[in-house]
Amino acid sequence: MDHAATLPAAGHAETATGLNTFKVGFWVFLGSETLFFGSLISTYLVYKHQSISGPYPDQVLNIPLTSVSTFVLLMSSLAMVLALAGVQRGNRRQGLFWLFMVAVLGSTFLGFQAYEFTEFYHKGLTLQTNLFGSTFFVLTGFHGAHVTVGVIWLLTLWVQGLRGELPPERSLTVEIAGLYWHFVDIVWIAIFTLIYLLQ
Amino acid sequence: MATAEAEIQAGYHPHGRTGLWDWITTVDHKKIGLLYGATSIIFLLLGGLEALTIRTQLIRPDNHFITAEAYNQFFTMHGLTMVFLMGMPIAVALFNYIVPLQIGARDVAFPRLNALSYWIFLCGGLFLYSSFVIGAAPNGGWFGYANLSERPFSPGPNMDFYSLGLQILGIASIMGGVNFVTTIIQLRAPGMRLMRMPLFTWMAFVTSFLLITALPVLAVALFFLTFDRFWGTNFYMPAAGGDPILWQHLFWMFGHPEVYILILPAFGIVSEVIPTFSRKPLFGYAVMVYSGSLIGLIGWGVWAHHMFATGLGPIADAFFTISTMIIAIPTGVKIFNWLATMWGGQLKFTTAMLFSVGMIAAFTLGGISGVMHATSPHDLQQTDTYFVVAHFHYVLVGGTIMGVFSGSYYWFPKITGKLMNETLGKWHFWLWFVGMNLTFFPMHFVGLLGMPRRTYTYSAELNVGALNALETVGSYIMGVAAILYIWNLVRSYRKGEPAGHNPWNASSLEWATTSPPPEYNFGRVPTVRNREPLWLEGKEQVIADAQAAPGYIHMPPPSYWPILTAIGIATTFALFMTHVWWAPLIGLAATALCVMNFAFESTT
Repeated sequence: MDHAATLPAAGHAETATGLNTFKVGFWVFLGSETLFFGSLISTYLVYKHQSISGPYPDQVLNIPLTSVSTFVLLMSSLAMVLALAGVQRGNRRQGLFWLFMVAVLGSTFLGFQAYEFTEFYHKGLTLQTNLFGSTFFVLTGFHGAHVTVGVIWLLTLWVQGLRGELPPERSLTVEIAGLYWHFVDIVWIAIFTLIYLLQ
Repeated sequence: MATAEAEIQAGYHPHGRTGLWDWITTVDHKKIGLLYGATSIIFLLLGGLEALTIRTQLIRPDNHFITAEAYNQFFTMHGLTMVFLMGMPIAVALFNYIVPLQIGARDVAFPRLNALSYWIFLCGGLFLYSSFVIGAAPNGGWFGYANLSERPFSPGPNMDFYSLGLQILGIASIMGGVNFVTTIIQLRAPGMRLMRMPLFTWMAFVTSFLLITALPVLAVALFFLTFDRFWGTNFYMPAAGGDPILWQHLFWMFGHPEVYILILPAFGIVSEVIPTFSRKPLFGYAVMVYSGSLIGLIGWGVWAHHMFATGLGPIADAFFTISTMIIAIPTGVKIFNWLATMWGGQLKFTTAMLFSVGMIAAFTLGGISGVMHATSPHDLQQTDTYFVVAHFHYVLVGGTIMGVFSGSYYWFPKITGKLMNETLGKWHFWLWFVGMNLTFFPMHFVGLLGMPRRTYTYSAELNVGALNALETVGSYIMGVAAILYIWNLVRSYRKGEPAGHNPWNASSLEWATTSPPPEYNFGRVPTVRNREPLWLEGKEQVIADAQAAPGYIHMPPPSYWPILTAIGIATTFALFMTHVWWAPLIGLAATALCVMNFAFESTT
């Protein structure tokens, strides 16, 4: 792999660990993100059952529906793995198809979220209604914003791929987008378990 | 000399930008370090002026030099300035300049991200200070306790500046933390194992971990406050079941690691200065590394000692009392190791050394009063009094600032190639040291006598007028010392004596290259064979490599996208102030455009 292209500052090919610097930097960033979502999720849990007026979680959360959207997001991680494999092997068609699929599945998840938020609004749950509304919308909203950033990132990569700018040597950029995507997916698994399943 | 320069021209081609445009677009870690340094010194003066205003108000009982409302804004901005706009960035300034040199790197891991961090920091600082223009600076304390900070109790824009301004500054800190963790993991020279790194780099490493873990928690706390203030959520509103104590938990979960973010860099500096001027390797190097890391780790488990007065219950109180006291152990280890390093050494009391030794003395005093607060029953007596103010000024002024002063005297010759004036330096030290003790030592007594903090005046019946007058005189002396310091910096930069490459005969890698270092730092990256590469065997080779004429070296080109992206991010947050829901989206769109250009910019 061409380390020099990804290590502009160092100017020499090797790093102290032999790992790619962008990848290490991105892992460090994800560590920081963990604390961000950790604080949001903790707040939700601390404020569980503290709302003094409804609607309460069991009145609005639609587990079957969200199970479907969770499944969609999980499948998008699978698509991400296939996309990366395609790019790494130089299989342009596989890479492009699956990159696009990740973006489609991610957008589908966001569509589910938009539908869910609208439903809750019609059932009388808004950001201001009660603590459940505040904590739920802010937590899932920040997660949704992360998914949105991911979808834009993936579509950018897809366009690059269409232009033939994603040869195997550049698979690292796809790998790092993948790290982000899997991270956002894992956060959702935590949210789905702690907020939807364990009411 | 002429041939060496000719060879440099052959092997290395500078990007050829000069003047202001060069500073705006630079991605060189040394220039960014200087930008951080200059900016934080300006904020040090502003924060100092705020402190002097506070002290002038308190010079005698029932004084009306400024109003209560102005006092609130001054003490809040003093705290915010000294923590976020001076303490953190002045450490980051030294990280930027020194860490890549100490580990044998040509720059940080992500040079453009580094520039972005600086510009975001500057925009955040300017945003926070723009509040003075409309006369509505934050007035709820640097800790911004809910629910006083909520809209019903703080209807003006004051605390909007707080919640949005700190959010901007936090982004810069997280980016800086990511950059330095990655730099230290990845860009060490051959042979520079972790356990050969200088202590300053080690403490930068631990501090950077604290930045990336603590700042996201503050971000969440501030988002909740922003949502509460702008969109009527109930995170800290008891009327809707919310708990103001949640703010305190989140704030201090950030705030206590923040304390170590402020002090560990100073520990790192002292651990460089003392061995150099004792002509001895640092005593117990490994234990110094472990104790610094342990302070960072345990620093995460002590936050609620800021909250004993909220009534957490005996079990939580006991837990946090014990965990806080445990931190005194690795800290004490450090103090004893510094003393043991000096023991039997050939001591040379330069200004840098004086500040380091003074730092140990002052920090120890602050540490001892810290252990006193750790005891929760004791703390209940002291909380919200000047005793606490005395404690944290001993560790921050006596610890952090004196440490940073020491570092600036120590590294000034490396940065400029000139020595700082020692006579002025010693005046600076003694005035500062005396002024600091005059200001803060009596605060222990006025605190125990019951004078509350954060109150704009006090009654003559409290009988603390004389001590307060003494404190104010002390603070003026510190003001004079600070002016001497700035004068010394300017004067020595203009006509200081030439320093040579290693004026202190120090041991670490940054002294191997020239003073000031070339843009690429080292002609050839030296191979490190031991912990003191300029004292032990192989030093001739290290120096020869560092100062060699460069072969082909590619340095990243300058970029204006960092400053544009930073302006975009700051504008996005600033536009919340309009209370027009779609206004921030304009800023967001501009930011997205900048980020795209940033991402696709060629760095070759």
